[in-house]
Amino acid sequence: MIEVSNVTKSYGGSDVVRGVTSSLPASGVTSIIGPNGAGKSTFLSMISRLLPMSSGQVTVDGMDILTADGDAMAKKLSILRQDNHLTARLTVRDLVAFGRYPHSKGRPTSDDLAHVERSISYLGLADLTHRFLDELSGGQRQRAFIAMVLCQDTKYVLLDEPLNNLDMKHAVAMMQLFRRAADELSKSVVLVLHDINFASCYSDLIIAMRDGQLIRQGTPAEIVTGANIHEIFDLEARVETVDGRSIVHFYL
Amino acid sequence: MGNDTKRIWTPALALTLLAGLACLSVALFMTVGVKGNWGFILPFRGLKIATMALVGYAIAVSTVLFHTITGNRILTPSIMGFDALFILIQTSIAFFFGATFLTGLPPSGLFLVQTAAMTVFAGLLFSWLFRGGVRELHLMLLSGIIFGLLFRSLSSFLRRVIDPDEFLILQDTLFASFNRANPELLSVAATLVLLVSLAAWRMRNVFDVMALGRETAINLGVNHRRMVTLTLAMVTILVSVSTALVGPVTFFGLLVANLAYMLVPSHRHILILPGAAFLAITCLVGGQLFLERVLAYDSALSIVIEFAGGIVFIMMIVMRGAR
Ligand SMILES: Nc1ncnc2c1ncn2[C@@H]1O[C@H](COP(=O)(O)OP(=O)(O)OP(=O)(O)O)[C@@H](O)[C@H]1O
Ligand SMILES: [Mg+2]
Repeated sequence: MIEVSNVTKSYGGSDVVRGVTSSLPASGVTSIIGPNGAGKSTFLSMISRLLPMSSGQVTVDGMDILTADGDAMAKKLSILRQDNHLTARLTVRDLVAFGRYPHSKGRPTSDDLAHVERSISYLGLADLTHRFLDELSGGQRQRAFIAMVLCQDTKYVLLDEPLNNLDMKHAVAMMQLFRRAADELSKSVVLVLHDINFASCYSDLIIAMRDGQLIRQGTPAEIVTGANIHEIFDLEARVETVDGRSIVHFYL
Repeated sequence: MGNDTKRIWTPALALTLLAGLACLSVALFMTVGVKGNWGFILPFRGLKIATMALVGYAIAVSTVLFHTITGNRILTPSIMGFDALFILIQTSIAFFFGATFLTGLPPSGLFLVQTAAMTVFAGLLFSWLFRGGVRELHLMLLSGIIFGLLFRSLSSFLRRVIDPDEFLILQDTLFASFNRANPELLSVAATLVLLVSLAAWRMRNVFDVMALGRETAINLGVNHRRMVTLTLAMVTILVSVSTALVGPVTFFGLLVANLAYMLVPSHRHILILPGAAFLAITCLVGGQLFLERVLAYDSALSIVIEFAGGIVFIMMIVMRGAR
């Protein structure tokens, strides 16, 4: 379980994340939703120790993220950020193989290599393994980065807008992959999503943020209602139930 | 790039060719135009080559490592004012303790004192810049230029205030060159470089991860802050070595590091670092040979190298702006 207590981040006196307290389950799919600038990325960066918090505390399975050994943490929790730039010129396989670094320390065993192959094939990158990242399309590159994080094989997998740049088919395949990781390997997958319907159909838990605060937390059925959507996004939308799932219509 | 070109131009082939070029230039430098007394010429040229090789290696490795921890390929330690800081430290020691103190000390002892002071000061000044405090490239560049300017002005101010007689002595210690290599200083410098290289060898895989950027490195369990500080210390020692031996060289590192990224098709430091070092040795030794033997100029090498490096620097800045 990731226990988040009273986490705050301020820049120059203004709080972009304010007093967030929550606990993220040890397995299952958790989605974080909210408008642009709500503080979702900032929150995710703090609980994954990439960004120092102004105050508050985060523990992952009882380990305080500020004092825990970085290496032990890297075997427990992995994170993919919203934007990823690289100065080095890497092939897809090079990048994915880096996911094994916490385990292999640069000397991959056959087990590590098997993990790399599996991640590559799960994400449909088998034909692209020798391509350089700057020779890929946006969606292909996004899948390569996700493959790297999955290759790290951690219990907690945090992904900031993993569906960025993906077409419908790949987006669905990606969500099914996360669902399977949660159900079959009992991983805890935490996603920032902008597509509320994916959040509604594939999550066990939804966390809604607005103006730096956590304003709702609950199951998709509890969160995805017309009143809540209005409260979170300032948007009038119709919510209907299709095959037992709440689906939001907001295009019309 | 198609698959075929990739398969032919492998890192191993690139390294072999670069190593061959470096050896060739060293061999030619040792033997071309030797008349008469080999017993006299060989040690003399050997010393000169050893200095050039050590300086080339130090500049190449320090630049590549600096690129790795700063996440860009334009800034180099010398552009950030490291060389200027070393000169300032040398001058201050002469100013505060007197040049007679300088000449009283063995050159190697003095060098060690300077390097230690340099490591402390550079650590204090620069580490905050590279721990992610300043992210914008142009801000880093600006702070580097300001630091460099400040160090250089302070040095020249101190040199003006110094007694002219003392200044002459200082100048002698300050401006070593390939032609007046000092065997004792060289051996101490080589020992330091060897120690740094051993540390770099142990950290070779960590460097590869750090090149992915701070966040990815932390995600993969690297203690980023500690590794940046450690790498910065290694860079500082290497810069001290090259500056103490031949004085400041601004754009040479930029030139060889970027050539190495282009020629060695790999992201792994274990391949890029030797590639850059071979290139540096080839440029220095081969360039010196060409100018001395073919064009019969004597001391124009640094000007040519700085000119070429400067053009690369400007091109990289302009190309970044255009993108
Ligand atoms: N380094 C920074 N300095 C100052 N303000 C920042 C900084 N980083 C983020 N912010 C501000 O913090 C707020 C939250 O940003 P964050 O990136 O967490 O939003 P988000 O919910 O992920 O939005 P999006 O959906 O657009 O990705 C924004 O208003 C942003 O402008
Ligand atoms: Mg975001």
